[in-house]
Amino acid sequence: MSKYELLAWLILAFPLAAFVIQMFVGKRLPRQGDWVSVTAICLSLACGLFLSFSIIFGENDPHFLYPEEPTYYQWFTGGSMIFGWGFHIDNLTAVMMLVVTIVSSLVHIYSMGYMQGEQYYHRFFAYLSLFSFSMLLLILCDNLFLLYITWELVGVSSYLLIGFFFWKDSAADACKKAFLTTRVGDIFMFIGIMLIVMSTGKINFVEVFNAIAHGELNGLTLTIAGICLFGGAVGKSAQFPLHVWLPDAMEGPTPVSALIHAATMVAAGVYMVGRLFPIFSASATTMLVIAYVGLITAFFAATIAITQTDIKRVLAYSTVSQLGYMITALGVGAYTAGLYHLMTHAFFKALLFLGSGSVIHAVHTNEMPEMGGLKKKMPITFWTMLIATLAISGVPFFSGFGSKDAILAGALQFGVDHPQHILIFLGLLFGAGITAFYMFRLIFLTFFGEPRDQKRYDHAHESPFSMTVPLMILAFLSFIGGFGAFGSLWLNKLVVPPAIEQVVIEDAHAAEGAHASADETHAENEAHPADAGHAVEGEHGEHHHNPFVHYGAMILSILFAFSGIAFSYLVYYKKKFSAEKMANQWRPLYELSFHKYWVDEFYEKTVIAFVLKIRMVLARFDNKIVDGAVNITAPITRGTSAFSGAVDKYVVDGLVNLLAIVIQAIGAISTLFQSGVIQNYLMKAGVAAGLILLLHNFIMRIFG
Amino acid sequence: MIENNHLLSWIIFWPLIGMVLVLLTPARAKTFIKQLAFLFTLPSLIAGIVMIMQYDPSAGMQFQAKVQWISAFNIYYYIGADGLSVPMIFLTVILCPICILASWNINDRTKGYMALFLLLEVGMLGVFCALDFFLFYVFWELMLLPMYFLIGIWGGPRREYAAIKFFLYTLLGSVFLFIAMIAIYLYTGSFDLIELKTLIPGSDLMSAMALKWWLFLGMYVAFAIKIPAFPFHTWLPDAHVEAPTAISVILAGILLKMGTYGILRISYPLMPDMALHFAYFIAVIALINIVYGALVAMAQTDLKKLVAYSSISHMGYVMLGMATFTPEGMNGAVLQMFNHGCITAMLFLLVGVVYDRAHHRDIDGFGGLAKVTPIYSVITCVAFSPRWDCQGFRDLSVRRWSSWARSRFICGSRFLRLQELCWARRICCGPTSESSLGR
Repeated sequence: MSKYELLAWLILAFPLAAFVIQMFVGKRLPRQGDWVSVTAICLSLACGLFLSFSIIFGENDPHFLYPEEPTYYQWFTGGSMIFGWGFHIDNLTAVMMLVVTIVSSLVHIYSMGYMQGEQYYHRFFAYLSLFSFSMLLLILCDNLFLLYITWELVGVSSYLLIGFFFWKDSAADACKKAFLTTRVGDIFMFIGIMLIVMSTGKINFVEVFNAIAHGELNGLTLTIAGICLFGGAVGKSAQFPLHVWLPDAMEGPTPVSALIHAATMVAAGVYMVGRLFPIFSASATTMLVIAYVGLITAFFAATIAITQTDIKRVLAYSTVSQLGYMITALGVGAYTAGLYHLMTHAFFKALLFLGSGSVIHAVHTNEMPEMGGLKKKMPITFWTMLIATLAISGVPFFSGFGSKDAILAGALQFGVDHPQHILIFLGLLFGAGITAFYMFRLIFLTFFGEPRDQKRYDHAHESPFSMTVPLMILAFLSFIGGFGAFGSLWLNKLVVPPAIEQVVIEDAHAAEGAHASADETHAENEAHPADAGHAVEGEHGEHHHNPFVHYGAMILSILFAFSGIAFSYLVYYKKKFSAEKMANQWRPLYELSFHKYWVDEFYEKTVIAFVLKIRMVLARFDNKIVDGAVNITAPITRGTSAFSGAVDKYVVDGLVNLLAIVIQAIGAISTLFQSGVIQNYLMKAGVAAGLILLLHNFIMRIFG
Repeated sequence: MIENNHLLSWIIFWPLIGMVLVLLTPARAKTFIKQLAFLFTLPSLIAGIVMIMQYDPSAGMQFQAKVQWISAFNIYYYIGADGLSVPMIFLTVILCPICILASWNINDRTKGYMALFLLLEVGMLGVFCALDFFLFYVFWELMLLPMYFLIGIWGGPRREYAAIKFFLYTLLGSVFLFIAMIAIYLYTGSFDLIELKTLIPGSDLMSAMALKWWLFLGMYVAFAIKIPAFPFHTWLPDAHVEAPTAISVILAGILLKMGTYGILRISYPLMPDMALHFAYFIAVIALINIVYGALVAMAQTDLKKLVAYSSISHMGYVMLGMATFTPEGMNGAVLQMFNHGCITAMLFLLVGVVYDRAHHRDIDGFGGLAKVTPIYSVITCVAFSPRWDCQGFRDLSVRRWSSWARSRFICGSRFLRLQELCWARRICCGPTSESSLGR
C-alpha cells in the first residue's frame, strides 16, 4: 500500500467513524460529542494537506496519477461487469482535497459556536461527518459507479442538513425540493453513465477515457452521453433550469449553507465536469451546451440577486451565478480557470456565508432592511466579509480577481476564435459588473448607514471566537488565493485537462485551442494518449499568454468591477439615486428580478400541477376501471347464477313438476270414471266397445 | 440417483410440528401458544442460516432430496435449492419469526391464528423448495388457504370482501397454472422441473407453437396475479389494507415474490423460446407497473395503500430485470426481490406501529412524528433510503434496454422517490399534529 493509498483510506476513515459514533452514542458523550466530529475532520485535514502538498510540491508533475494503472478492489460482479472500488488521485483531486478539507474543518469549528444549544446538536455533527465522508469519497473515487453513489450520498446528507430544523414546514419543504430537483439532474446523469457503460463496457475513468480515445464511443451517442452527464451537474450545481432548489436550501443552518451550498457540494457538479472532461470535450456540441447553460445561469442569477432582501438569498443567487461562471469556463475550454475559480470561490463564498451567519446570529433576522450600521458592533465580521466581497467582485490582488480574470480571458479567447459566440464573453463581463454591484449593496445595507431596527441593533454583538477564527482564516485564504497570482502559477502548471482524444472534431479542437498541427501529433501518438495530451497542453497553455486577450480581458474586467462598485456606492451609501425610485421606474424589470423570473411559479403550474393531476386521474382509473372490472365479475357471476337458478327452478324442475301435474291430472280425470256403481261400468264398457268397433271399421275402410 | 439431503425438509416442516403442538395446546394458554409458535419458527431460521453457510455459489442445484410420492403419475417429493431459491428461503425464515413477534397483540382466537400462520410458513417454504411441478402446485395452494382465513378472520372492517377477493383471484390464476401443468404432463409424462428442461425440447410440445403460446400465457397470468402485474393488481391494496400487520408483511414480503419466482423457476426454463417471445410484452407491463403504480401510490391517503402501490411499482423493476434476458438483469431482479422483501416488510411494520398508537392510517392525519418518536422516524427514513440511493445495481438491470424503456423506467424511479419523500415529509416533519398522538 503506497503512501497515497494509505492517506486516502485515513482521510475517509475518520469522518466515517465519527459519523457512526455520533449517530449511535453521540448524545451520551460529553458536549454531545461535537469534539468527535471536529477531531475527525481535523485529522482528515492533516492527512489531506499532507496528500495535497506532496502531490502539488512533491510530485510537481502535471500528469501525475495514482494509481498509474487502474487497480481496484473487486466489490461485486453483475453479469460480465466487474464493479470495483479504488482511488483516482491526481492534481485535480489534490486541489479539491484542499478545498473540501479546509472548508469542512472550518465549518465544523464554526458550528460549535453557531449551533450551540440547538436541539439535536449531536445529530448535526453526525450529518456533517457523513457529508464530509461522502464528499471526500466523491473526489477520491475512480469510477462512474462509485461517483454516482457518492453523488447521491452527498445529496442525502444535504437533504438531512437542509431539513435539520425539520419541525419547521419551510425547512421540511426545502429539503424535499432540494432532493427531488437534484434528482431530476441525477436521472440524466445516470442515463449518461448507462450510455457510456453500454458502449464501452467500462466504468473506470481512465479506461473510459481510453475507450473514447480509441473511438469506441463517438458521434451522436457521445454527445448525448455528454449532455446527459452534464445534466447531473446542472442539478447538483444549481444551473438553470434546475437552480430553484438552492435558494430554498438556505432554510438549513448557515454553516451548512456555507459548506454544502456554497463551497463543496454544489461545486461537485463543476468538479464532475472537470473530472470527466475528455467525455465532454470530445464533442463540440456538448461543450457549447455547457458554455451556454453556464452563461444563462451566471447572468440570470446575478440579475435576481440585485433585488433580494434576504441576506442568505442574495448569497445563494450569487453562488448560482458564480457556479455558472465555472461551468462556462469549462464549456469554453478554459479548464484551469474554471477549477481555479472553484477553489477561490469556495473560500470567499464560504466566508461570506459564515459571515452572514455571524450577522444573523447577532441580529436574529435574515432581512437586510432590518439591519444596517453593524460595522461598529461587529468589526471582525465586517472586515472579513469586506475582504470576501472584494474577492468576489474581482478587485485586483484578491483571489477572485485572478480566477475571474482567467475565465473572462478564456471566454474572450473563445469569442475571438468563434466570433458568433462572443456573446458568452459579453454576458460574463456584464455579469461581473452586476456581481460587484449586488455584493456591495449587501455590504452597504448590512454594515453601513443608520441602524434601521434599533432594537435588533442594540442586541447585536460580535460572535464568539469559535466563529470569528474560521472567518479570519478564510479571509486570509480569500486574500492570498490570488496574491501574486500564487494560485494561477501552480494551477496553470498542474491542473490541466486530462489527456484526451484523437476523435477529431474540428470545433472541439478549436475550443481546446488545438489546431490542425495537433492532429498529426495525435495521430502519431495514438497508442499514447497521455503524450497526445501533452501536445494539447502546450498549445492550451500558450493561449493564455496571448497578450491581447489576457490584458484586454483583465482591463475590461477591472473596469466593470469598479463601475459596479461605484454605482452601488452611489445608490446605497451616498444615496444619490433612490433605489425605490429606480425600482418604480423599471417596474416590470424589477418585478421580473424580484420574483426570480417566476420560474418556481412556472414549475408549480406545469410540472407539479401535471403530476398532481395525473396521479388523481390514475387513482380514479385504478379504483373505478381496473378494480371496477374485477368487481363487476361479482354481479355478473351473481346474475349468471340467478339466471341458471331460474332455469333450474322453472325449466328443469318445471319439467319434473309438469310431469307430476300431468300425471296428477290424468289421475284426477280417471277418478271420474271410478264411480263404484256396476251399472255405470257396464254402460261405459258398452259405449267403449261400440266406439272401438266404429274405430275399427273406420280404420279398415281407410287402410283396408 | 441423488443422495438425499434433509436440510430443506427440516426447514419446511419444522413449522408443521409447531402447528400440531399449537393445536394440542388448550386455547386459553394464549401467551404459551405465542411462545410456542415463535419457538417453532426458530429452528427453520437456524437451518436457513446453515443453508446459507453451506451454499456453494459455483454449484447449481443443491440440498436435493427426491422420494417417490405417487408412482402412478410419476410424481416425486423432489426439493432442492439454487441461487434463486436460497435468498427467498432465507427471506421467509427471517420474516416469519419477526411476524410472530409482530402478532403478539393478537388475543382473539390466538390458537387458530398461530396454527394457520405456521401452516402458511410451511406452504411458502415448500413453494420455494419444490422442484416437482405437482409438489410446487400443492404447496402453492396450501399457502392460499391459511392466508384466506388469516385475512378473513383477523382483518379490518372490510375483511370478508378483501379475503374473498384475494382467494378467488389467486384461485383463478391457479386454474391456469393447473391446466398448463397437466398439459405439459400429458406431453412429457413428467412433473420433474429439472428433467422437463430436457424433456420438453424432445417432445411434441416443442412444435405445438400455438399451444405453447397459450400455455405460457396461462402460466404468466397465474404468476402475474401473484406479482401483481397490471391489470391484475387490485386485490393487493384491498388485501393489504384489511390484513393484520403481520399478514401484510408476509403478503408483501414473500407472497408477491412467488409470482416472479414462479416465472423464473417454471416459465422461463421450461419454455425459453416463448419467454423470449414474451419478453417485450413483460417489459411493457413492467414499465406500466413502475410508472402507474408510483403515480397511483402518490394519490393514496391510507399509508397501507401507499405501501401496497409502491410494492406494485417495485415489483415492476423485478419484472423488468427478468425481461432484459441479461445476466445483469436476472441478478438485479433476484437481488431486488430480496431487498424489496426486507424493505416492504419493514415499511408495513412501521405502519403497524403508528396504527397501533394512533388508530388510523390517514397520511394527512400525521405530522411531526420525529419530535414525538425520534427513533421511529430515523428507522422510517432508513427504510426509505435504500430506495433513494442504493439502487445502482437494480438500475443496471435495464442497461441493455432501448432508450425508450429506460426513460420510462427512469420516470418511475423519480415518482417513487417523490412519493416516499412525501411520506417522510408528511408524517415525520412539520408541526406535530394532534391526531398523530392518538388523541
